[in-house]
Amino acid sequence: MTLTADNPLVEGLERLPVGPTTLTIFGATGDLARRKLLPALYNLAHEGALPERFNLIGVSRGDESHDAYRQMAREAIGQFSRRRPDPKVLDALMENVRYVSGTFDQPETYEKLGEQLAEFDAANDVPLNRAFYLSTSPAFFPVIVEQLGEHGMSRHEDAEVRVIIEKPFGTTGAEARELNRRVLSVFEEQQVFRIDHYLGKETVQNVMAFRFANGMFEPLWNRNYIDRVEITAAEDVGIGTRAGYYDSAGALRDLVQNHMLQLLCLLCMEPPVRFQADEVRDEKVKVLRAISPPAPDATVRAQYTAGTEGGEDVPGYLDEEGVPPDSQTETYAALRLEVDNWRWNGVPFYLRTGKRLARKVTEIAITLKPVPHLAFEQAGSVGVQPNQLVYTVQPNEGVSLSLGAKIPGTRMAIRPVQMEFLYGTAFMSQSPEAYERLITDAMRGDATLFTRNDEVEAQWRIIDPVLDAWAAGEPALDTYEAGSQGPDTATRIMEPGDRWRAI
Amino acid sequence: MSAAAPVLADRTWFERDTTPAAIEAALRELLVENRHGEDCGAIPARVLNLVAIVDRQWRGEIENRLERVGRYHASRTVLLAIEPRRTTIDARATVLVDAEPHQSGMTTAHEHVVLDIGQEHVEHLATIVDPLVVTDLPTMLWAPHGHADAIDELLVLAQVVLLDSVDEPDLEEAVNRARALAERVYVVDLAWLRSTPWRERIAAAFAPPSERARLSTISAVEIRHHPDSAVAGVLFLGWLCSRLGWRPGALAERRDGSLEGRARARRGEVRLRLRPAPEQPVRGLEGLTIETGDGTVLSLDRGDGGLRARRVTRRGGERTWTVMGASRGEPGILGEGIRQALLRDPTYRPALDAAAVMVG
Repeated sequence: MTLTADNPLVEGLERLPVGPTTLTIFGATGDLARRKLLPALYNLAHEGALPERFNLIGVSRGDESHDAYRQMAREAIGQFSRRRPDPKVLDALMENVRYVSGTFDQPETYEKLGEQLAEFDAANDVPLNRAFYLSTSPAFFPVIVEQLGEHGMSRHEDAEVRVIIEKPFGTTGAEARELNRRVLSVFEEQQVFRIDHYLGKETVQNVMAFRFANGMFEPLWNRNYIDRVEITAAEDVGIGTRAGYYDSAGALRDLVQNHMLQLLCLLCMEPPVRFQADEVRDEKVKVLRAISPPAPDATVRAQYTAGTEGGEDVPGYLDEEGVPPDSQTETYAALRLEVDNWRWNGVPFYLRTGKRLARKVTEIAITLKPVPHLAFEQAGSVGVQPNQLVYTVQPNEGVSLSLGAKIPGTRMAIRPVQMEFLYGTAFMSQSPEAYERLITDAMRGDATLFTRNDEVEAQWRIIDPVLDAWAAGEPALDTYEAGSQGPDTATRIMEPGDRWRAI
Repeated sequence: MSAAAPVLADRTWFERDTTPAAIEAALRELLVENRHGEDCGAIPARVLNLVAIVDRQWRGEIENRLERVGRYHASRTVLLAIEPRRTTIDARATVLVDAEPHQSGMTTAHEHVVLDIGQEHVEHLATIVDPLVVTDLPTMLWAPHGHADAIDELLVLAQVVLLDSVDEPDLEEAVNRARALAERVYVVDLAWLRSTPWRERIAAAFAPPSERARLSTISAVEIRHHPDSAVAGVLFLGWLCSRLGWRPGALAERRDGSLEGRARARRGEVRLRLRPAPEQPVRGLEGLTIETGDGTVLSLDRGDGGLRARRVTRRGGERTWTVMGASRGEPGILGEGIRQALLRDPTYRPALDAAAVMVG
């Protein structure tokens, strides 16, 4: 039974109740916990959006006291919260924060954790729901899950138990399947919340609202009217201090396998009957299953070389700190995919992502087919161009539609003009951080914005063959200058006549 | 609620003895200048028109309140300052640019129009205001100093009225006025919004399946409120009655100033009590206590960093905890009122109807 079903008091409330919960963060002193999770928890507390009764347990290797951990948490919240903390709310949050020291493979760690959980239950007189957040190195995911199982912490007769697993969920399909197998040998699928923080962004959820709350687009949303789709996730920054992670992952694993395929799913899926976890995810899985892995010649991989970004010289990837001098890791990836179903057959979907590109932008550009007959002269103008609908996810979330319009004057000359809508001008509220939404959804048991096991495996089914081909040197690794539009060869994967939009 | 986002008063136009057409033309000109000026990156927000009708002598105070609502500024605010014997219209129009950009990096602009008008203008106020609001945006009316006649005159232009029922000293009048307005437009009542965290917490307290059964056994409810905020308490009781299917009776005043009554629930009667809390410094609720049939008593009271919850069982077991949440303060409540103009809460009207039975 959910907290909202049959509860007449929740009608009309913007914030639905979340059951009393103890949240345990494994990797509680790590970068993600400090930068994202602890500030997200504070902001939820500030807004009164945490459960009526809430406790936090941090688990990490460091030999900290409860007070030392609280102090670290206070500092992290002060530094990274999107709002200045209210001391009284912060004090109230810290009152129920505890720390458990230990390595993730030691049974004693889980014994101490069990004692702490029991202590919280006793203090509240009721068994609290338990959420375990795995914010550790992926190597520890199965270890922690199995230890939780062995210590009887994966089930509770009188409370809900959930496990939240950070990305990456495997670095290959085989790893993902093995991780799924080990996780699902301890937890039921409905207890597992695989994070893809992209799905927690308001902007990404807006893609669904844009499609399914506006009837005007649906008649055009198919192969009869859409010529091609480009999905771009470009960053102007380099790898920063993430060389260790990035060089083993690369652009394909970092963004395409998860975030960009998710965007593609939201764009291509059939309308779900209801906006409920399994119904939405069923539709996304159908899209993924309709995509064949691209042949090597439908892919591009490249690495940035030294160049200029924002007027300043920047080093090439191989000169970045921590990157092996002979690294073959791609910092740019582009694919041409096809969704082989009735709606999308024959429409090319171009995906590209890269570091150190000309500009930071994430967008979906849908180019419609040209008009069948042109009655106007083309001379004296850039002429009639196919309509283009561009959904910008970041930084300036909005929708623009290019339309043909007559240039003022005596001749019937046409050029494209932009009709633009920016979400920021139409809403007063600031969007919550993705983690705020995802943490509350997980504690509430709503898995709509999390990735299901078959979804993860379907994503890897598309990406695995690309990784294999790239490992075999097919195609060769290209280069591009930092601050540029990407490698010149990126157009190689496009249909004749198609070209990438300017970043 | 974040701190107020500072705004830069960018371009201003002023004219004595002016007309709505001249003001509208000036606004258009200001927006064009804004588009081509130094702040050409500032894009006009297009969310909501707010038309505020105020006493001329308190105009500055209301402008200060509106400046402090954080990011929940209306896109276009039309402030009508009524000076009883004035016969002409003076107007000032300003385009304000947010000093703090939106999280996307985009900067938005808002228009702020102040009109000094006379009582004689109220009769045809709609013809003055109509050209000044942005077409196709919802329009919300707010008259913190009364001016019910002006509100009634402008209802034809509006979809939403913002009011604060605690401003009306008579409980019955307050409820009846809100009901009359709710017949014609959507009402956002600040007295109702002040109780939102309390309603959320009570909903959460009875949310776990193990607690749900207790809902039907509630036997007594006491609401403690700021002495001026009895209407907030009545609305809260009205909410419980309407959501839980109780049939309330009229409340009677006791010597100590409290109001008491009963509601008929499926399993029996529920005792209802509203008690003023003179020690409470701010408007709204101070605390509440709910008793259930098994003798459990749940209390919520204002505390540091949130609401202080206390549960006592028949056997004397006691638990206390803090339900976290920052106080929004009065500016935050007003900002929330503006934001709520774009939402629809289906539970206010039924609560108001139940409240009418209790105070009638």
